[in-house]
Amino acid sequence: MNDTLIKVEGVSKRFCRSLKKSLWYGMQDLGNEIMGRRHGGSGQLRANEFWALKDVNLELKRGECLGLIGRNGAGKTTLLRLLNGLIKPDQGRIEVRGRVGALIALGAGFNPILTGRENIHVNASILGLSMFEIEEKIDEIIDFAELGDFIDTPVQSYSSGMQLRLGFAAATALEPDILLLDEVLAVGDAAFRGKCFNRMHKLMQNCAVVFVSHSMAQVGRVATSVAHVDGGQVTLFNGNPTAGIAVYSSKHEPLMDQCNVQSDILAIEAINVSERSTSDDSNPSRPDIQHIDISFTIRSKRRTEQNVSLLIVLTDSEMQNIAEIRRPVEGANLAAQNTFEQVVTLNKCQLGSGKYYVSCALLVGEGGEVGANCQFGAFIVIDSGWAGYAPVRL
Amino acid sequence: MISQDPQPVTIYTPESAIANPGRMFRNMVHDLRMSRELSWRLAVRDISAQYRQTALGFLWALILPLANTAVWVFLSISGILTVAATDLPYPVFVLIGTMLWAIFMEAVTAPMQGVSAAREMLAKINFPREAIVVSGIYQVLFNAAIKLAILLVVLVASGIFPDWKIVLVPFGIASLILAGTAIGLFLTPIGLLYTDIGKGLPILMQFLMYLTPVVYPLRGEGTLSTLLLLNPLTPLIETTRAWLTGGAPEWLHYFLVTNILAMFVLLAVWIVYRLAMPIIIERMSS
Repeated sequence: MNDTLIKVEGVSKRFCRSLKKSLWYGMQDLGNEIMGRRHGGSGQLRANEFWALKDVNLELKRGECLGLIGRNGAGKTTLLRLLNGLIKPDQGRIEVRGRVGALIALGAGFNPILTGRENIHVNASILGLSMFEIEEKIDEIIDFAELGDFIDTPVQSYSSGMQLRLGFAAATALEPDILLLDEVLAVGDAAFRGKCFNRMHKLMQNCAVVFVSHSMAQVGRVATSVAHVDGGQVTLFNGNPTAGIAVYSSKHEPLMDQCNVQSDILAIEAINVSERSTSDDSNPSRPDIQHIDISFTIRSKRRTEQNVSLLIVLTDSEMQNIAEIRRPVEGANLAAQNTFEQVVTLNKCQLGSGKYYVSCALLVGEGGEVGANCQFGAFIVIDSGWAGYAPVRL
Repeated sequence: MISQDPQPVTIYTPESAIANPGRMFRNMVHDLRMSRELSWRLAVRDISAQYRQTALGFLWALILPLANTAVWVFLSISGILTVAATDLPYPVFVLIGTMLWAIFMEAVTAPMQGVSAAREMLAKINFPREAIVVSGIYQVLFNAAIKLAILLVVLVASGIFPDWKIVLVPFGIASLILAGTAIGLFLTPIGLLYTDIGKGLPILMQFLMYLTPVVYPLRGEGTLSTLLLLNPLTPLIETTRAWLTGGAPEWLHYFLVTNILAMFVLLAVWIVYRLAMPIIIERMSS
């Protein structure tokens, strides 16, 4: 059995920036199709057109999960829609093997007036389940969605998270060979997201998943490969998702507001992050242990008798605090006009792959008045060796 | 687009489907078969949703033709308009005409309305696109059944008893829906790109109604009756009305020719519709 489920060869897609022109090109394309000419002409761009995707090559086998990452408008959804056969490529060839389940948007096809249960019937048959299959699976879908009594309430009274539950439950019940997911998990609550990831892992054993997300943590958790989409160009990181995440993270630096507080007591001059590795003496064959040193250059402007401590907050790419470290600053250093260095080491670093931001504050006195603070850009952990395959505990 | 083997392989290329007619027809038949269940579900969904939020419910299928009839009867009684004598009482004549016309109109607007309403679904899910059209036909049939039931009640109440030819009426209705769907589906691809079609359609349809013996009988000589005879909808309406009221249909051969023609047109516009969908979806969703 051939287990390559998705094969994309040299696929390009052009879009038009002007609506008027795009409608006119649509008429031309339709005319060409009726005449039996190929879609996309000779591969030239017409006025106002651009390549939404250019020369994309991909291959995905059963059991693999491809994370599509890139900025908004990079072409991720276009690629998913091509894979789903919703739109035609202008160049190249796409081969898709098996039943495709796509969650390009949840709740597509939900009728707001009908109840959740009625909508499951409709949605599941839109997704290609036969009436017999739907009857067989309806209880499972309802159980998974955990909507309780709301299942017999019109969908218009559902929140977006509840619609997500219903949509995800109906779509994954299809047991597809290929699952296409487009940023669908963003609205679910944490418990349901965890449940969805477990479901996806289970499905992945039998299917190929293509998954769009802006959450590097999610991609790092489930993807076996990463494709970085940037301006229509797709760079594939086969079997090495962390490298793709690193490229994405280094390319798209979020703009951080530098909201520095400066007082007349203290100032933070610079922060440096460096890595250091030591070998494990007890077992030389093991890989080196990584440490991260964060060194702060602090300038004391005038002498203070109060206690000063350094507070460090590590934030992940989703702006969630993942660690807070508080260290006292030695009083001897706090002389007037003294510049000194304070190093904080994250021993045996066990951060997962991804980008981390460091922000820090110098707290003065018992009340913890902020003497100075600053945000430092970021550092990236590559290849932490953490596999994301542990199930999520709910 | 999907073949029958257990692990269907689907290939998307820029080639036009028309370049390989054999495969295209196989796919068309396959997709139509695949859409049976779905179109039924969609029709049930739309019909129940449509009537769930109304107080008058199914009566809405009648209100428009009844209002139309009232207007024409008023115009005729008040003498503003003189209509040539009809074999049937004029109100009954008009009611049948407007009911049949309403069925045809619904069939014309159903494909474009259906595709328009399913925009979001079409842009995000790959399912046989035929389902929307077939579901539209189901809904038109459903409304037609209500209209027909009311018509029969009115006929009997006004002392007109249809003869055995009543069994042919469904064929008349089917031919009206066939012609309407062919026209509607022809307009759908262009109408989805350019909204001009949607805006112009009601005017065009109004005009077409006056060129069809809906509210006045087909009589005499002159430009109008020549136009009426050239209009392929004339035999459809006339024949169905004759079958309904026990009259003798004058245009049976013309009726058959129109139907055969409509079938070929429908097949052709179906192909165009299939070719157009990816192009339209590309432009209506973002």
